[in-house]
Order: sequence, then C-alpha cells, then structure tokens
Amino acid sequence: MATSQQGSSAQTELVDYQSDAGDHYLSASSGTGFKSWAFTLDHKRISLMYLAGLSFALALGGAFALALRTELLSGDGFFGWSNDTYNQMFTLHGAIMTFLFLIPGIPAGLGNFILPLMLGAKDVAFPRINLLSFYLWATGAVFFVATLLIGGLDTGWTFYTPYSIETQTAVMTATAGAFVLGFSSIFTGLNFIVTVHKMRSKGQGWFQMPLFVWSIYATGVIQILATPVLGITLLLLMAERLMQIGIFDPSLGGDPVLFQHFFWFYSHPAVYIMVLPAMGVASELFTTFSRKHIFGYGFIAMSSLAIAFLGFIVWGHHMFTSGQTPIASTVFSFITFSVAIPSAIKVFNWLATLYKGSISLESPMCYALSFMGLFLIGGLTGLFCATTSTDIHLHDTYFIVAHFHYVMVGGTLVAFLGALHYWWPKISGRMYNEFWGKVSAILVFIGFNVTFFPQFVMGSRGMPRRYHHYIEEAYQSFHVASTIGAYILGVALVIVLVNLVGSIKRGRRAPANPWGATTLEWKTQSPPIHHNFHEEPDVPAIYEYENTVYNREIGGFVDRKVVKGA
Amino acid sequence: MNPLFFASDGTYWFAPPGTEFAKEVIWTFNFILWVSIVFFVLIVGLCGYFVVKYRRRDGVDPEPSPHHSTLLEISWSIVPVILCMMMFWSGFKTYMKMTTPPANTYDIQVEAQKWSFGYTYPNGTFSKELHVPKGENIRLILNSKDVLHSFFIPDFGVKMDVVPGRFNTMWFNAPEVNEHIVFCAEYCGSDHSDMISKVVVQDRADFEAWLEEEGNYVDRMSPVEAGAYTYDIYGCSQCHSIDGSKGTGPSFKGVWTWGQSRALEGGDSVTVDENYIRESVLKPKAMIASGYEGVMPSFNGQLNDKKILALIAFLKDVNGVPQ
Repeated sequence: MATSQQGSSAQTELVDYQSDAGDHYLSASSGTGFKSWAFTLDHKRISLMYLAGLSFALALGGAFALALRTELLSGDGFFGWSNDTYNQMFTLHGAIMTFLFLIPGIPAGLGNFILPLMLGAKDVAFPRINLLSFYLWATGAVFFVATLLIGGLDTGWTFYTPYSIETQTAVMTATAGAFVLGFSSIFTGLNFIVTVHKMRSKGQGWFQMPLFVWSIYATGVIQILATPVLGITLLLLMAERLMQIGIFDPSLGGDPVLFQHFFWFYSHPAVYIMVLPAMGVASELFTTFSRKHIFGYGFIAMSSLAIAFLGFIVWGHHMFTSGQTPIASTVFSFITFSVAIPSAIKVFNWLATLYKGSISLESPMCYALSFMGLFLIGGLTGLFCATTSTDIHLHDTYFIVAHFHYVMVGGTLVAFLGALHYWWPKISGRMYNEFWGKVSAILVFIGFNVTFFPQFVMGSRGMPRRYHHYIEEAYQSFHVASTIGAYILGVALVIVLVNLVGSIKRGRRAPANPWGATTLEWKTQSPPIHHNFHEEPDVPAIYEYENTVYNREIGGFVDRKVVKGA
Repeated sequence: MNPLFFASDGTYWFAPPGTEFAKEVIWTFNFILWVSIVFFVLIVGLCGYFVVKYRRRDGVDPEPSPHHSTLLEISWSIVPVILCMMMFWSGFKTYMKMTTPPANTYDIQVEAQKWSFGYTYPNGTFSKELHVPKGENIRLILNSKDVLHSFFIPDFGVKMDVVPGRFNTMWFNAPEVNEHIVFCAEYCGSDHSDMISKVVVQDRADFEAWLEEEGNYVDRMSPVEAGAYTYDIYGCSQCHSIDGSKGTGPSFKGVWTWGQSRALEGGDSVTVDENYIRESVLKPKAMIASGYEGVMPSFNGQLNDKKILALIAFLKDVNGVPQ
C-alpha cells in the first residue's frame, strides 16, 4: 500500500499510492481465463470489454464514413455505387455511430471505470445489472451486424415513416437492435444514479463530487427518462410493419409527423446523453492541467442539470419544416435558445479556469483545448439552427451535417479521446508515448476541421444531406476537401490505437498519479486492485492542488499530508 | 461555373437571393455569424493567450486567483441571453412572413412522388418544371403520393416538407426573371438525390403563353410525341426505362410482350393490351409484374384517357409494335 516517506518538513509526509506488489484487477489473482471476463462483476473489467466493443463500433462506423467520403469525390460517384448502396452506407454509418458508439461511449465505456473510483466505492451499486447492460449492448451490436449481413438498412438512422414502413430492407432487425441498446442505456443510467446517491464515500457530499460525476449523473437522468420513449416508438413502428395497424402510415390512417415527435422526444435529449459526459471530461482536464481549482464549480454542476432538463423541451426544433404549426415552431425556437445559456456558462468557466493557472500541454490537455474550440463552433452554429428563418433554409442541408458532427465528433469523440489518454495510465498501468499522443491530438484537430468546415459552406449554399449525386460545378471542391480531411482523421485515429495498445507492451509503468489530479481515482494504485482501494480513502479537498506535488523519482505526483500529532 | 450557384453578386455563404425572404434569411445569418465570430475570436484568443502566458514553469507555483465570481457568472449569462433574444426575434419576424401568405395568391399544386415533383396550375395544366409569373405572390399546396419529401428552393430561402396524408403550404414572391434549382431535401429512398426540379420565373405574358402551350400538348402533338412527353413530365422515366434496363419498375421495352401473356406476382398472368396498360396506370397495385414490388402510385385523376392513349402509342412505338 502507500509507501510513506518523511517529507522535508517534520510536520508533513509524502504519500505515494503506487504499490509494487503487482496485484491488480487484471492480474492472476483476479482470474485470467475466459470465465473471469465473461462473468466478471468488476466494473473495471466490464469497462474494458466496453472499450473493446466501442473501438470495434468506431472502426466499423469510421470505415463506412471513409467509404462514403471517397464515393463523394465526384458528383456521380467515385466508385459508381448504386443509389441503394450509398443509402445503406450512410444509414449504417449513422446508426452504428449513434447507437453503438456515441451514446454508450463516455458513460458506459469510461464512466464505468472511473465513476466508482471517483466516489471511493468498490463498484457500482448493481454489478450484475452492469454486466447485463454490457451483454445487452453486445446483443444490440449483433443485431446491427446482422442488419448489415441480411440486406442492410436504408431508412437513415432516423427511421422516418412512412418510408421505414414500406422499405424492404432489414428495418425489423435494426429497430430490434436499437430497442435492446435502449435497455442497455437505461440500465447503465439507473445504475450510475443509484451509485451516485448511495455509494459516495464517507464525507463526500454532493458538492465534493468531481464534475465528471455530476455530468454522468445528469446523463443518467436523461437515459432513464427519455430512452423508454424510443423503445415505445420502435415497438409501435414494428407493430405497424407487422400488423398493419395505422399509427404513422397515412395509407393506414396514421400520421408520419407523429413519428417525428416521438423520435425527437428521445433523440434530442440523446444528443445531451452524448455531449454532457464530454463536458464533464473537459471540466476535469482543464482543472488538472491548469493545476488550478475549477472556476465556478457550482455553476458548472448545475448547468449540467439545466441542460438535462431543457433538453427535454426543445425537440420540435428538428421539425420547423415538417408542417407543425408556426406557433409550435416559434415556441420551440424560443426554448431552444435557453440551452445556449448553460452551455455558454460552461465554456466561460473553463476559460476562467485557465486564467492564472499553470498550464501544461500534455496529450489530454491538447484534446481538451481542441474540444473547446470545436465544441464552440458546434454550439455557435447551433444558433443558426435554433433561429426559425435561417433553419428553414439550412434544415436537411450539409450545414446541419457539419453542425452535429462538430458537436458529436468535435465534442464527444474528441473528449472521449482526451479522456482515454487521461485515464489510460490508470486503466492500463502504462504510460503511452507522449509525442505520438500530441501528434494524434493535433492531427485529429486538423483532419476534423478540414472534413467538416467545408460542409458548412456547402450547406448554406444549398447542398442537401443524404445525396449520392450532386452538382459538381457547385459543390465538388468542398466535397474533395472534406474527403481529404476524413483521411487525415482516419490516420490520426489509427495513431491513437497503435500508441495506446502499443504502450501495454512498451510503455513505462504508470505512477499512481501521473498528472497531479486531485480526484479519488488517482488516490489508488495504477492499475487499481480488484476492490479499488486498500482502505477507504480520505475525501480530498477537491480541486485543491497545493498538496499534490511532483516527485521526480517516481515520475508522478504524490500527496503531501500533515502528520497528525506531530 | 453553374450560374444557378455562382453569379457575380453571390456572397461567400449564399447564392444570390431570389426573393425578399432569402435576403432577410441572409441578413439574419450574417448577424448570427458576426456575433459568433466575435465570441469565437474572443474565447479562442483568450484561451491561446492564457496557454502561453500561464504555461507551466518548473518549480513555479501559480499565483493564487479566485475560483468563483457571481458577478462574472451573471454577466456571462445575461449577455448571451440578450444576443439570443435578438437572434430569435430576427428569425421570428421573417418566419411569420413566410408562414402568413397574403390574401391574393396564385395557387399551384405540387405533387411529389418517388422521385419527381409535378405541378398543376389553376387551369388544370400539368408540368414537370415549376413556372411562375414574376413579382406575384405564389402559394404552393404540397402533397405527397408516397413517402416524405421536402420542397427546397435554396435561392428563395424556403423549404417545406411534403407529407403524405396532409397538405402543407408555402409561398414566395420572386421579383426577377430567372431560373432556380429545386431539391428534394427529405430523404425519400433510392433516387432521392436525383429528385431535382426547376423554377422558371417569367414575365406574366411569357408565363401565360407557356401555360397555354403546355396545357394542350396532347392536341398539338402526334400521339407518339405526346406519349413521350407524358412519359417525361409525369415522372414515369424515374422507374421505367425505355432501353430494356431494369429499374424500380419494368422497362417499357422488351418485357412488354405485346398481345401476349405476362406473368404477375402471385402466379397469375395477364394479356398485355390497351386495357392492361390503362389499369396499370390507374390502379397500379391491382396487377404487379412478376419480380417487382408494388410501389407505383396511382395516376387516377392526373392522366385522362387521352393522355393514356398517347402513352400507349408511345409504348407501342418503343417496342416497334405497329400503331
């Protein structure tokens, strides 16, 4: 356990939480066979299985993206695919990225590992349900891969009726997959909410929780309140397809716009399921790498809850052109602007955190700064989409495509990568190569902007989304730039993979606290033991950096503690 | 360069506006753009400045600074609120005009089907391109025969979904004689990206002359020509080729074994003759050719017997059958 050494002053001692015993959650004492993984109840192992699955989903969705971008090099198709092939490609790209990667990404993948550690807990509240969530995710993934194999899906990830009722592609398999994934998400949210309520260590009040925990908590609220609506909607869609009951299809007496209301009632809050955890990651990274107390803790924490709440009452902004009444559109436009305020509060507080800090540009911080710039563009371009008159023009064009990629890739994926680099030493017990970490962050930033910025201009000039063919004189230069950017982004992601995976063999051993962070996950060894902490940790004064000092010998930070009774 | 997109007076973000609506949309867009640019430069600039100025130095602890300020929190909440309300208001004003057509409109019906738009004028004339008189208030009544579509004229700044089972409406007033592109903006299946049409803005006199000529094409042309024209403007070509290649529907050439029997889905067969064609146009789901899905919409009410006869003449011509 903690190796204590006498500090320079007689009243303090330096505490390093790293242990040389070699026993941790991956070592032989915790089991190494297939069963030790398949039936594990350890949140850390479940997290690793998620990370493997998420990487697979990201690679699959990314491969579709690169294929799509290549096809779009010319106006009549670079490979010359059929329209149906193109439509299936963009549908599966969107569906896989959304349901299999973005929604579970940060909460289920990384939150699973970090949340109990941040609370000083041994595990989540319901470890068995946690494992069930993972298997539901895997089942959903199987359904999506099956969709791919038995004839694809061509509805767009939005499943808009009545097209989704009459198309002959594998709508049933895909909706069944999304339905199962919904339950995975609900159980994860439920588990995390109960964990936050009941498993905080002694003395850790609500306002001693790290901001990442607040964001995961707010996300959990959305997951359990919004996701059931998606489940119900997909069941109604299946019922209509199977039994010809008129719900959404006008030829059976239904209303297709009703489907859009149901769908966005879930899918708009789902955007915040994707981006709130990313904001939580950013809060942790900015304070740690500035070695300064996060600015405006209470406002950041409450703005997460505000975003979670407001996210439920803005869904109609996806439907300004659907034929909903102008009054509805106006009200939804008005409420949508209210989401801008808590988002702006977060950005300004991050900026104020940098002020007079001690800023170190290690890989996770490069990702965090990149997140700030990209999320800012994503957020600001949201203003064009919230305004009724401009959205009428921009709706369903590449402007929207660029906007939501800035939020979901520039925001969520970049924060996910930052978080992965930040917590990798804790997860794997190894340090990755810092040079290649920085290179990947810079390449992601460049590749991303080259891919998506031209899409804003294309979109405002009228290029509709989900178009296989386009007018070359008007749009080709933008498409070519976008495709080049996508290749750069692809290369950057391969570098991330090689660097992180390679570190397991080649990387130097990670100290307990390589970055000098003050949250509880750094007050145990890297990687942690099966039960996380050797003894229940003292709850630290959160985000106070004075007593976390760098130690050259171990290449990491140690805690300076006042020796009682000295 | 395509004049539809890059005219000399186009801005960087937009093609030249074709209506007042488009001008107002561009104004609001630019307002939001400049507010965004100011905030972006401010935040990213400060960010960069802080990163350089407060970079970590060995052995130097950061000087203490506050980590809370209610005054700051309130000010950076209030300023965005005010700017957001201005954006909302600017958009709302234009949106109200867009959704409130004036009393004296010239109404044109727009019918969308996979994958074409068709336009019906007050005198019953049907066309494949939308022709409108310049400087008049045009109201479009949109309706879909199958799935969702969306009627989008980028140069006019207007867009409205075309929803089966209801009529959506939109209106505009185009003051200049010009041509503009129309896109289908809502995903509608296989050939979504080929569902492109055109708006032709004309002087009133030219418009009326065109309307007159377009309306009586069956009388002006030979049956084969009129049939070919019908085939073109009613969107038949989207699914039925005339060169024998298979589309969403059977080709007009080859598979049409004139006067002979033809296999249907479900095992029945039918003799190919004039009545078979007529029924296939008016009740397309009654007899579905073997190997195809019954996705064709009915043209009942759109194609009268005169036009169907012209279409039959064209079919015979394609297959080399004597008239």
